[in-house]
Amino acid sequence: MKDALRSFADQIGSEGPVAVAGGKTHWGVGGWPATGTKEVAAPVGVVAHEPAEMIVRVGAGTTLEELRSTVEEGGQFVALEADDPSKATVGGVLAVGLGGYRRLGWGPVRDSVLEMTSVTAGGEVLRSGAPLVKNVTGYDLCRLFVGSLGTLALTGEVVLRCRPIPEAETWWVGEGADPFAVAAGLYRPLSVLWNGIHTWVGLAGYRVDIEDQARTVLGRAFRPAERPPPLPGRLRRSLTPRDLRALPSTAGVDRPWLAQVGVGVVHCGEAAAERIGPVGPPSSGVWDLHRALKERFDPAGRLNPGRSVSGVAAGAGV
Amino acid sequence: MTTAALVRDLGVALAPDRVRAGALELALYERDASMLTGQASVVCFPTSAGEVSAAVRVCRDHGRPFVPRGSGTGLAGGATPLGQVAPVVIVTTKMNKILEVDSEQRFAWVEPGVLNLDLSTAVAHLGLHFAPDPSSQQSCSVGGNVANNSGGPHCLLYGVTSAHVLAMEVVLADGSVVVLGGIDPEPEGLDLRGAFVGSEGTMGIATRIAVRLTPLPPCVATLLADFSTIHDAAAAVTGVIAAGIIPAALEMMDATIVEVVEAYVHAGFPTDAAAVLLVEVDGLRGGVDVCTSDVEAILKAHGAREVRVAADAAERAAWWKGRKSAFGAIARIAPSYYLHDCVIPRTRLVDVLDEVGRIASSRDLVLGNVFHAGDGNLHPLIVFDRRAPGVLEKVHEAGRKIIETCVAAGGSLSGEHGIGIEKREAMDLVFTEVDLEAQKWLRDAFDPEGRCNPEKILPRGGSRCGDISSLPPGAWV
Ligand SMILES: Cc1cc2nc3c(=O)[nH]c(=O)nc-3n(C[C@H](O)[C@H](O)[C@H](O)COP(=O)(O)OP(=O)(O)OC[C@H]3O[C@@H](n4cnc5c(N)ncnc54)[C@H](O)[C@@H]3O)c2cc1C
Repeated sequence: MKDALRSFADQIGSEGPVAVAGGKTHWGVGGWPATGTKEVAAPVGVVAHEPAEMIVRVGAGTTLEELRSTVEEGGQFVALEADDPSKATVGGVLAVGLGGYRRLGWGPVRDSVLEMTSVTAGGEVLRSGAPLVKNVTGYDLCRLFVGSLGTLALTGEVVLRCRPIPEAETWWVGEGADPFAVAAGLYRPLSVLWNGIHTWVGLAGYRVDIEDQARTVLGRAFRPAERPPPLPGRLRRSLTPRDLRALPSTAGVDRPWLAQVGVGVVHCGEAAAERIGPVGPPSSGVWDLHRALKERFDPAGRLNPGRSVSGVAAGAGV
Repeated sequence: MTTAALVRDLGVALAPDRVRAGALELALYERDASMLTGQASVVCFPTSAGEVSAAVRVCRDHGRPFVPRGSGTGLAGGATPLGQVAPVVIVTTKMNKILEVDSEQRFAWVEPGVLNLDLSTAVAHLGLHFAPDPSSQQSCSVGGNVANNSGGPHCLLYGVTSAHVLAMEVVLADGSVVVLGGIDPEPEGLDLRGAFVGSEGTMGIATRIAVRLTPLPPCVATLLADFSTIHDAAAAVTGVIAAGIIPAALEMMDATIVEVVEAYVHAGFPTDAAAVLLVEVDGLRGGVDVCTSDVEAILKAHGAREVRVAADAAERAAWWKGRKSAFGAIARIAPSYYLHDCVIPRTRLVDVLDEVGRIASSRDLVLGNVFHAGDGNLHPLIVFDRRAPGVLEKVHEAGRKIIETCVAAGGSLSGEHGIGIEKREAMDLVFTEVDLEAQKWLRDAFDPEGRCNPEKILPRGGSRCGDISSLPPGAWV
């Protein structure tokens, strides 16, 4: 892998606009790369899965599907999701940084990242974090890079936290239930999704506990579901968990949305997005910090030109 | 400008009685709970974000660096004042109000000086708690937890502080105020909240923090296992994790610790054991029962002489009290201690503990181990009498060897106490110049003039060319 990283760094070099192309499943998030931007590919493949350490080292160009099948052999999984795991790459999912349906149970994407090996705008190899499940050695650049759309550094290899595959994961669907009461009544649910009419519940863990929760909390209003519902659209909004209560109840066919209860993420298409206002944008002082960071990490603006983290909420180019 | 003028201006910004420059006060604030001593010029006690901002602006006008400080329980010298000119220490202890508790959305806004345990106690009636539980939780502040990204026994399952902080209001080094993160899950922009957590007071002062509150588990089982060798205990830890079980907590204490703790708090620990494991599993009844018997079987298979399950909440509390009193208890052996904090891959526990033992015994030092075994977070504890001639040198030498051993085993410098001053010169052991330079970019973006808690974390004061001033006595470089 050392060689793969070296050649990744060489391809990136130290001059000219450059971006890493993964599966291009979210290529337009935050804006399209400017024309003339060189596209490079990150190393591909699982380097090492260490089940006893619960970590996996993987090339950023590896698809989630390949990662899943390798780690599964050791009875573990990595808490990353994508709508198309056969195309989405680890590096792409981390660059975008937005989680899937199971965020309530799994936590945010960034909590799965332990170490990142990236290439700086100057073409140098940069390592942050460590291949350890607990570590506070130095500044946490991994958190800065996850969700940065590759605008601060380009990631070639990462070490991710693995978790034991639970005994069971089951889904349920019901109509007419109060999703907020359901979410509050369940102990550490994996997911509670609501479209204004139906509520889907994902539970993971020991079978006895799931059956117990289904009986005592979900009750007769719910029936087993094969899987969670499909995404209603490719846009998303970030609301406070309480603000979900005020979502426009036009769940019908025209403006569908699907909310992650207890989290605040709303998945939707453009029609619904127009009517779901984002929480107020950060203050100008916060954007000043963004500028100060960009000036230092990428003074020439060569990493993913045309993309900006401030464009994500607006849904630019998704 | 003189210190008298500084005191006067800070007194105008705050109130004269909350600005102190007497010899006694300065001595009290010249270090944290580490052995690293610095020098403060003034100590002040703001009561609001507005006052923090005003104090920071006065510092700027006077060309003084400043050091944020919570309860001063940090162990890496993070709150020890260092600088080309003696810094102003800005203490948050008077900002200790819980501002808002939202039980529906399970978060609370708190001031930074709120003590960790006070927060959990205040929300217990709602069935909630603040999950990070450092052993110092009776006295450390939430602001300090955020700055150090602190951990604790139950962070094995629940995650360290970073996973429990949603947002914070921060006074930056120029006195301006920003809010990082948000109550909504995906605030626009970079995760500056995540970058701030763990920055050890070098990127600004958190003046208001939104922390996640976690439901108390409906069912808890605590197991106490004793082993006749440290080897068996360490192998049992690896065995539990390898079986795909992540307990809520998985702690180890060796014979040295068990003996003093037992004499001190009578927790009911077996004093003839070479090592004791404290394992807690929590969740819903059915799963806890399954997990308890699985863990018990694994512990026995790895040679546990006896595995006891706490009979009731009182027994559980006694065991945890024992675990968390270890640092107080060791005063029975000798007056001073040096508590180390390193992380290693969990599969290396056995050989690293062996080597750590040899490092101490070959120097005639008394060393105990009490640590978060489940995540490979070692806490070798060297106990000594600093009055004995030559002992300090030996203690520091042993400390350096322990760090080198952990790094050689694939580990890193700190699992939860941070780098501060203590380990900044060891950063070169785990990072390249490029890595450190990039960390400096982050720090500089927040504080371009380096006025917020200078000379911490990065080696050579964060400069590549080494224009570093003195190191305080006690730094082991
Ligand atoms: C007996 C004992 C046991 C301990 N056990 C544990 C343990 O189990 N786990 C663990 O992780 N730690 C432990 N510690 C270390 C320490 O308690 C933690 O690091 C704690 O979080 C520090 O909090 P504090 O309020 O005392 O911070 P301080 O020591 O006052 O400061 C620590 C750092 O935080 C900065 N800081 C403080 N407040 C702010 C703020 N509002 N904004 C920005 N920066 C700020 C300071 O500048 C400094 O760099 C222990 C310490 C002792 C003495």
